Formats: sequence, C-alpha cells, structure tokens
Amino acid sequence: MDSIVNRFTARPEFDEAVLSEEEIRDCMKPQSVPTLSLPPISQPTAFLRAHTDDASNPDARIKIAHGTTTLAFRFQGGIVVAVDSRATAGDWIASQTVKKVIEINPYMLGTMAGGAADCQFWETWLGIQCRLHELREKSRISVAAASKILSNLVYGYKGMGLSMGTMICGYTKSEPAIFYVDSDGTRLKGDLFCVGSGQTFAYGVLDSGYKWDLTVEEALALGKRSILAATHRDAYSGGSINLYHVEEKGWTYHGNHNVGTTFWETKEAEGSFNNVPTEITANV
Amino acid sequence: MDVILGITTANEVIVITSRAFVRGVSILKADDKDKTRILSPHTMMAFTGESGDTVQFAEFIQANIQLHEMRNAVELSPSAITSFLRNQLATSLRSRKPYNVNVLVAGYDEAKGKPELNWVDYLSAKVSVPYAAHGYAAYYTLSLLDRWHRTDLTLEEGLKVAEMCVAELKKRLPIDFKGVDIKVVDKDGIRTEKVIE
Repeated sequence: MDSIVNRFTARPEFDEAVLSEEEIRDCMKPQSVPTLSLPPISQPTAFLRAHTDDASNPDARIKIAHGTTTLAFRFQGGIVVAVDSRATAGDWIASQTVKKVIEINPYMLGTMAGGAADCQFWETWLGIQCRLHELREKSRISVAAASKILSNLVYGYKGMGLSMGTMICGYTKSEPAIFYVDSDGTRLKGDLFCVGSGQTFAYGVLDSGYKWDLTVEEALALGKRSILAATHRDAYSGGSINLYHVEEKGWTYHGNHNVGTTFWETKEAEGSFNNVPTEITANV
Repeated sequence: MDVILGITTANEVIVITSRAFVRGVSILKADDKDKTRILSPHTMMAFTGESGDTVQFAEFIQANIQLHEMRNAVELSPSAITSFLRNQLATSLRSRKPYNVNVLVAGYDEAKGKPELNWVDYLSAKVSVPYAAHGYAAYYTLSLLDRWHRTDLTLEEGLKVAEMCVAELKKRLPIDFKGVDIKVVDKDGIRTEKVIE
C-alpha cells in the first residue's frame, strides 16, 4: 500500500535557502494536476461498501447524507440557481437548514447533491484553485476550466466512494455557463439541469415553464416553484428553498423561503396542488 | 442504451451516434455535444461505456495521437491509431482501475486509398470490419446490415442503409435515444453529414 501512496504523493523535499528560481516555479505549479492522497486502507472501495449504506447494504451504521433537489438554468438575464435544504441519512431527516449552494467565489456558485461532506470539501477546494488561477494568470478563470479542475479531481478518485452531483455556475467573459459535474467523472455543459432524488419532479415544472426570454423575476419564480414541486413529492427533499441569481457582476442571494409557508401561498395564489384539501372534511 | 454504429461504403465510413446523454433516470442533454472525438484529420472514434471513463479515455487517446503527429509531422493510419488505442486499453485492463469503454475507430487510409472501420470492446478485442455496432443497437441493426450492406455502396446508398437502421432502432428500442448524429469520414476528412432529431 505504501508503495502506491508514494507513487501518487508529491513529496516536496526542499531547503528554502537553496531553491533555484526554477524550483520555486515548480512548487507553484497548479494543483489542478491531481496528486492523489489515498486513505490508509488497502481497499477503500471495500471499506466503504462494508461501513456505509448503499443499495446493496442499506443497514450499515454510517449513513451518508443523500437526497436532494437542486436546479440551475441559463436564461436571457443570467443564471438562476435554486435548491432545497433538507439533509437525510437513511430515513432520518438530519437537518432542514442545509446550505446546498456553495459560494465558490463572488462570481461562481456550486450546488450540492450526494455526499454533503464531499461536495462541501471539494467545492471549497475548487474555490482555492480558482483563486490561485486568478493570482497566477491575472485573469478570472473560465467556468469551463474550473469545472474541468473539479471533474479531473473526482475522476482521480473514481471508484473510491466519492459521491457528488454538482452544477458549477458562473460567467465566462459575458457568457453565462453551467457545467454539470458528477463523481463518476461526467462533465456536461448545458442550459438547464436538475440534480438529486427530486430531479424528475423539478424537471417537470421547469421544462414546462422554461423559455430563454424569461424576465429575472419570472426566472426566480420558476426556479422557486420547481423546487417547491420537488419538495412536495420527494420525501428526501424539503425544508426551505434557497434562491440565487448569477449575473456578469457576480451572484446575488434572493432569500430563504420556507417550504411550509411557501406551499400554502402558492396553492392559494395558483389554485394548484388540488390533491391537498384546504379543510378537513368528514367523508360520509 | 447508447447507439454507436459504423458502416463502411466504397469510399467512406459512416458513423452514427445517439444524441442523448443519460444519467440515471434523466436525459441530461441532447444537443451540441456528441459521443465522438476527432483523433487525426482522417480518423475519428465513437465511444460508449462507463460514464466518466468514456470521455477521459477518448481525450487521452486524442491528446496522444495529436502529440505524436506534432512531434513526427506524420499522420498515422487508422489501423496504427487503433493499434495504439487497443494497446492502451489492454494495458489498462490489467490495472487497478480499467477503462470501461467500447470504441469504434473510423478512418480513411490515405496510403491505401480506402475507408476503414475498427471495432474495439472494453476487453481490448480489436477487429477490422465492414460494419459494426456496440450495445443493444447491435441486436437490431446487424441483421439489417448483413442483409443490405454491399462493399461497393455509394455514399447515398450508405446513408439510406444508415437511415434504415435508425428507423428500426426508433421503432424497436424501448428507450428514446433522442435521434442521432451522422458523420462521414472520407478522403477529404471528417464532417457531420446529417442530424436526425
């Protein structure tokens, strides 16, 4: 095992006093060429299989937080990002107040689906890489490049139990861009994505109301409504809705909307959700 | 249930790939991106398999072929490219984490003046064939190609056979693959001939 670890671990053995200019430049090389740090276990895959829950082993003691609805779409006025806030571990609702949008930097957002820890850790790590790129190149990193740093990183850990489905949203020059990146190494550019256990419900509402020419208000409302639909039907999504709008000048936060109250307001205003009665009636 | 098909005609190879990118229960995308990569001016590859592996492997092969071409200022023949690809896949097969990718390599051999199609699966079996398919598409289309394919097909006839295959797949495959991209490789290089939505 040590030999494998050694092979993948860069070991900077240097004395600061005798560094040549070239060596210093070597040390500053982008971390985006992944060096793998492996866990101290001979078979990470087998370890995770034995100790965490998945389809084949639902009653393992460690439950990884899964179950989410997140969405992002591009339109005339930029990008809207909307997410729910529920974290579940198995049947247990672990939290109703999770921040599933990760603010990578003032211009770029990442969404969180799958393992909460994996997304949080690697997307903040991505933020560091983006800042380093900015310092080195004296220009802001493109969304394409940023998402590729992440996808190459997770691909290096493929099969070792990482679990994430994320959308990297931001601006490149004056073009809004969304990249879907997941832990099996898929990276796709697109106009509209929904990710998580509630994705199908969100897609349903979003696809039906989506058009490029949406105003900012309409777009925010549509994003919010799509997550609401998913929280209503998907048991693993809920809590509240977090809304973001991404423009060229950076992203802006558009509030936290509790699903409980938003649901009744929406039902009242739209006359929708007619499977839910507004008053208790005795079925005679 | 990706559809990957290749048909050689007298002077070109026709490559057909389905447009849907599916992850789990949803189609994430079905527009500009396709399941092919251009390896050299006269050779391209189409791929299916484990998500993540497919694009990483294709772009790894693409980069190495391009590097070889820059260093040596020679365009490799389609069969040479396929041999390289197969060798890489075979090496990876016995590694800790093999690439799970099935490939078709379509090219035009300028030296021989002939189109060429190579079928390579994830176990690194490599065959040069007149027509080929990967996955479920093979079950429906190979019989059609056995019946209608001729070595002296013109491009028009070849495209007609290709469209027959697509029509059959649309009729019988239980999952919608959102149409196909049809590409052609001939002496002038690689081009997108047609998109069937």
